[in-house]
Amino acid sequence: MNKTFDNRAWWLVVPVFLMVAFNALIPLMTVVNFSVQESFGDNVFFWSGVRWFEQVLNSERFHAALLRQIIFTALVLLIEVPLGLAIALAMPRKGPWVSVCLVLMALPLLIPWNVVGAMWNIFALPDIGFLGKLINSLGIHYNYTRQPLGAWFTTVLMDVWHWTSLVVLLCYAGLVSIPDAYYQAAKVDGARPWAVFRYIQLPKLKHVLTIAILLRFMDSFMIYTEVVVLTGGGPGNSTTFLSIDLVKMALGQFDLGPAAAMSIVYFLIILLASWLFYTLMMRNEAR
Amino acid sequence: MAKITLDALKHSYYPNPQREEDWALKRLTLEWADGGAYALLGPSGCGKTTLLNLISGLLHPTEGRILFNDRDVTLASPEERNIAQVFQFPVIYDTMTVYDNLAFPLRNRGVAEPEVDKRVREIAHMLELDAMLKSRAAGLTADGKQKISLGRGLVRSDVNVIMFDEPLTVIDPHLKWVLRSKLKELHRRISRTMIYVTHDQTEALTFADQVVVMNNGEVVQTGTPVELFERPMHTFVGHFIGSPGMNVLTCEVKDGQASVEGYPVETVNAAEYKGDARRLELGVRPEFVTLASSGIPANIVKVADAGRFRIVEARARDRSIKLLVPEGRPIPEGEVHLAFDPRHTQVYEDGWMVGARR
Amino acid sequence: MRKRYLIPLIYIIFLMLPIYWLVNMSFKTTNEILGGFTLYPHQLTLSNYVTIFTDPSWYMGYVNSITYVVMNTVLSVLVALPAAYAFSRYRFLGDKHLFFWLLSNRMAPAAVFALPFLQLYSAVGLFDTHLAVALAHTLFNIPLAVWILEGFMSGVPKELDETAYVDGYPFWKFFIRIFIPTIAAGIGVAAFFCFMFSWVELLLAKTLTAVAAKPIAAAMTKTASTSGYELGLLAAAGVLTIVPGAFVIYFVRNYIAKGFALGRV
Repeated sequence: MNKTFDNRAWWLVVPVFLMVAFNALIPLMTVVNFSVQESFGDNVFFWSGVRWFEQVLNSERFHAALLRQIIFTALVLLIEVPLGLAIALAMPRKGPWVSVCLVLMALPLLIPWNVVGAMWNIFALPDIGFLGKLINSLGIHYNYTRQPLGAWFTTVLMDVWHWTSLVVLLCYAGLVSIPDAYYQAAKVDGARPWAVFRYIQLPKLKHVLTIAILLRFMDSFMIYTEVVVLTGGGPGNSTTFLSIDLVKMALGQFDLGPAAAMSIVYFLIILLASWLFYTLMMRNEAR
Repeated sequence: MAKITLDALKHSYYPNPQREEDWALKRLTLEWADGGAYALLGPSGCGKTTLLNLISGLLHPTEGRILFNDRDVTLASPEERNIAQVFQFPVIYDTMTVYDNLAFPLRNRGVAEPEVDKRVREIAHMLELDAMLKSRAAGLTADGKQKISLGRGLVRSDVNVIMFDEPLTVIDPHLKWVLRSKLKELHRRISRTMIYVTHDQTEALTFADQVVVMNNGEVVQTGTPVELFERPMHTFVGHFIGSPGMNVLTCEVKDGQASVEGYPVETVNAAEYKGDARRLELGVRPEFVTLASSGIPANIVKVADAGRFRIVEARARDRSIKLLVPEGRPIPEGEVHLAFDPRHTQVYEDGWMVGARR
Repeated sequence: MRKRYLIPLIYIIFLMLPIYWLVNMSFKTTNEILGGFTLYPHQLTLSNYVTIFTDPSWYMGYVNSITYVVMNTVLSVLVALPAAYAFSRYRFLGDKHLFFWLLSNRMAPAAVFALPFLQLYSAVGLFDTHLAVALAHTLFNIPLAVWILEGFMSGVPKELDETAYVDGYPFWKFFIRIFIPTIAAGIGVAAFFCFMFSWVELLLAKTLTAVAAKPIAAAMTKTASTSGYELGLLAAAGVLTIVPGAFVIYFVRNYIAKGFALGRV
């Protein structure tokens, strides 16, 4: 659409700008402030330069949490995106079942995150939980509160349960917006199902898939509540991801300086990765 | 290539059609000869696209049969029918080049690459797409994209029929004419059965040898453009084809003599009237109405200049009658008399031409 | 053809299992839960639900949650409407940067903001109020609402605005009487997403409240610690937090797919 240039439009944006600025800029300044100062309590602060940043970037604790975070996010993306796409492709396009499917699938998205954690906490317990009992009855020894591997399995499964629907809904929305004529033309042209997917559906889904991957990347990189309620970051530190580590540091130990420095590094990583991914996708589009 | 027979075809989009209006297509029997150029003409929602999709196999009829060369294909898939179809909006495969788009229908059928190359280049040449074969199809203009759609329809040498579903809707007016003559030329060159669906009479009349006019899910008349013009079988055809459309006036018929407003009018078919119509009308095209010294008295209310002739709207009591007056002929003021050409004036009962009722 | 419907079917069963388990547990007595593994409640009891509906420390949690969620939704959509209109209709100084800056707030981990928010809202005297949580959640909900609404508004032809101005409508009258009804579906979708993200978020909501505005989800954490291992109660409270969400989805079911399709990155 052709937009007219008019700076008076700023007046319409002012309320949004002020509210978001209040919520984003002031806290961000606080964080930056903390990250470059040292405190001995009583609100007395000393300039400490980039010391906290050096400390955070060199600490093994941060490296370990970052590594766990990257593995977790990669796993989640690798499972949820193809799975969500496959489910969306297999879903009916018309008829009364569509609404039923969409409502049931959207349900996990509207459950408070700590309830998700609590629900899985119970569901996977080896003695009274359905999942735990089921796995153990298959002869596999499984107890997520004790085994790091079991905890990882449960955490990833919980996230798949919680968020795959988002990918499904996005892909489904993209699929139904493809005009019927494309499918009809493909039929007339004698295209096999694989060709229909490769040359019609996938190209048309590129946009929604970009959104899906971005959202899933950001949200899985920020995961906190569900995991804290499910495993508390344990056993040991085996499921302590970046947010959990950060909150432990800031609210648990009141190490405000390192916590603030870590916050900034953390935020920058997400911004950078999202920006990189986005520009790569868009450059592909332009070509 | 094939002769196409539609045998008592009916279609409804409802699972249990009850009422008359549940049927998108009401009982249709037609035969199309091999290699002809046909047009399906009718207003939006008249069932022409439904009919097209039944022939291509994207839909299956509720009742009736479809035969290609006497082979029953009623339940066959589009692929088994071996047809090509061009859609209203250009369908292109965005990620492929123009070349790959054109080659797609051939490659899907396992045609050998040298043959594919030959056909693609031939069709691209006909459609003047040679220069852009290597470029991405997504970057083309609307008419370029539609040319690709046409090309994919034309590229296979063995299709039974090629169908066009209002293919020029999205094309700019000046290019419409170019593409239309291109299609006509292609039809002559490859002499394959072509069915062209449109609501635009100019497109239908210039493209087709035989035009099928549809309204409300049924065929009202099949004929050459001249037949449709000179002898509309239904007042709908008279209205729909021609510009301005046919004058339709309520009339009376007594003892084989038609009269309008009490003035006798000579017609082609009044003698055949049996006398059981609910509605009697007289139809005469503006082309066949002249100003005369005697006849139906009328007043001229409006004159519009249309180039080589003028469209004159006259009023006889409360009926409006249009007539064409050639350029340079004077148009008198005040009361005039109108005469109808007896060879082109027909009587219609309940919409259908008297004597031609099915 | 029919076979492929097995995939969504199995997926939905997978989705429903943990929910069923929660519902199942909420109708059991503590004895039965701890006593062993049962697939359905043998001693069906409503006592867990009775407790929640009679104990104010429980049911006030719901009232609190719904209060700040509704406040947030109304606030976010109200301020996002004019902004989205500006983004969809005009170019102005710094518009693109502003749009991306807004969206970048969606990428801010709540954990980063937890402590600064606590300080900020304590400083302005809003700590432990519904307004504090509602305002804090606008951080990610306003960008989202602007994004969704902008997508819907761009789908409305500009001729609509121009016709209204030619007809002599002043801007605000046009905006309220004509434009807002035109994009009602978009407002519904935006409100749905605001409701959803405010309802499910807990870290900030918990950090910014203590007693008076404590959300239900936070009230749940006390069960495990203070009143012993009352899993049945916890499950019942959990089930009740699913209900408002299910209710809201049912109303917008026809727009869910549409809402996801719109908007640009």
